Amino acid sequence: MNETPILSIEDLHVTFPTPKGDVRAVRGVSFDLGREKLGIVGESGSGKSQTGRAILGLIAGRGIVHAKRMEFDGIDLRNASAQTLRAIRGNRISMIMQDPKYSLNPVITVGRQIEEAYLVHTRAAKAEARERAMEMLKAVRIRNPERVYDAYPHEVSGGMGQRIMIAMMMIPEPDIIIADEPTSALDVTVQMQVLAILDDMVTQRGMALIFISHDLNLVASFCDRVLIMYAGQVMEVREARDLHNAEHPYTRGLLECLPRIDAHGESLAVLQRDPAWADLQ
Amino acid sequence: MISVQGLGVTFGHGSSGFQAVADLSFEVERGESFGLVGESGSGKTTVLRAIAGLIPGVSGRLTVAGETLGPKRSKRFRHLVQMVFQDPFGSLHPRHTVDQILSEPARIHRMNDIKNRVLRALEEVGLDSSFRFRYPHQVSGGQRQRIAVARALIIEPEIVLLDEPTSALDVSVQAEVLNLLNHMKRERGLTYMLVSHDLAVVSHMCDRLVVMQHGRLVETLAIEQLRNFTPAHPYTSQLLRASEGYDRAAVETLEDDL
Repeated sequence: MNETPILSIEDLHVTFPTPKGDVRAVRGVSFDLGREKLGIVGESGSGKSQTGRAILGLIAGRGIVHAKRMEFDGIDLRNASAQTLRAIRGNRISMIMQDPKYSLNPVITVGRQIEEAYLVHTRAAKAEARERAMEMLKAVRIRNPERVYDAYPHEVSGGMGQRIMIAMMMIPEPDIIIADEPTSALDVTVQMQVLAILDDMVTQRGMALIFISHDLNLVASFCDRVLIMYAGQVMEVREARDLHNAEHPYTRGLLECLPRIDAHGESLAVLQRDPAWADLQ
Repeated sequence: MISVQGLGVTFGHGSSGFQAVADLSFEVERGESFGLVGESGSGKTTVLRAIAGLIPGVSGRLTVAGETLGPKRSKRFRHLVQMVFQDPFGSLHPRHTVDQILSEPARIHRMNDIKNRVLRALEEVGLDSSFRFRYPHQVSGGQRQRIAVARALIIEPEIVLLDEPTSALDVSVQAEVLNLLNHMKRERGLTYMLVSHDLAVVSHMCDRLVVMQHGRLVETLAIEQLRNFTPAHPYTSQLLRASEGYDRAAVETLEDDL
């Protein structure tokens, strides 16, 4: 990464006040994002999803977001008005969620939903939007775009649904895509096909991708760089291809407790959690 | 121990009926860990539910420990065969304490000394007696799956049907639960049937496996064939390739219909 980062986060905190005291979901996360595929891995509750959501101002309810710096292409996201954020959200930074079943509107055809994503952010004519939507469906390698265009979400498979989500998020040509477990609900072969589409979009259109996942092997093989999170903090940052040489005991522990296809151990290593990892660094 | 001959499962009736499993046959030996692998919709869970007697529309011949199974399962069968489900959140009664959850099967099977059995069952799955009067929402996901394992084992079955027992868990917790299952198998000489979409989990746990696709058997493999990446059928090779992590070049070789 040798250009100026498109997104720069410094000392990000996300806190949820509860009657039993504050829950500090994210505690001092910092990173710069260039035109790359950045992976964020961690177990459930590590704060990886909240980090992604905080960037777009999508923290639910009473959650409080705090940061020393949150800068996207020269825009300070911390004090941005609702109007500015609306212009960024979906248009310049968009998000792909885990499950297409819940993210697509069940009573609107697929084609119209993709068109809408385009029309909201541009002053294009209907006919042009339709044409663009068809192009996007082809770009995510849907074989029969005319049929899918008129289909309702329940009429398509999970893998197809996730391709439709990607098409919808890509149509305004954003600078950054935040993908939160985009393929966890899919079968392995479909998962690989969907990742290839994302990969090609990033390389061909020069987008940046934040890929949030719990799957270390997948992130190691798919991303360029990886942040490993635990208890709301970044434990370690590594080049993805170098992940298997990780040094932090938490990362090592996670890698070692994975079963392997080609090895048969009597028992798997069990992760011994060091309370010191959760201390503030 | 388990013999499945020409198993078929149909959901619905007549022309709208859906054939979820067709013409499936395999044998599971006593003391074996037998894997059932396939993608979503392949019918792997349906096979397990058909053996357990949880679904209607089953045809073919099922024999478990010498007993040919009819439409209704006998009490002997239920004593012999227990099941652990995928979702530890959905499979434990939210308004029952751990003690109630564990003692119910023991009471149904008229076992004596239930209190000590509950304590021993908890201890065996690595939970101390302080868990006895908690509710499922007061324990973590991994502890919940341990309780589900304890509930299955408390009546001392010989066969345990495992339906994706760790796919809802974090990898570190998955390792603990898989170790526990292997430990219990060694202690008691159990027979396992494990359904999973994760080839690494199956490779770690099983001795033999069948691969299913669209409700039919693709092939039966010895575990060495999986570990050495030498399956006979192209569909299994493709599953193996896709399970190995992302490789842009390999994606082009994946085909939708093998």
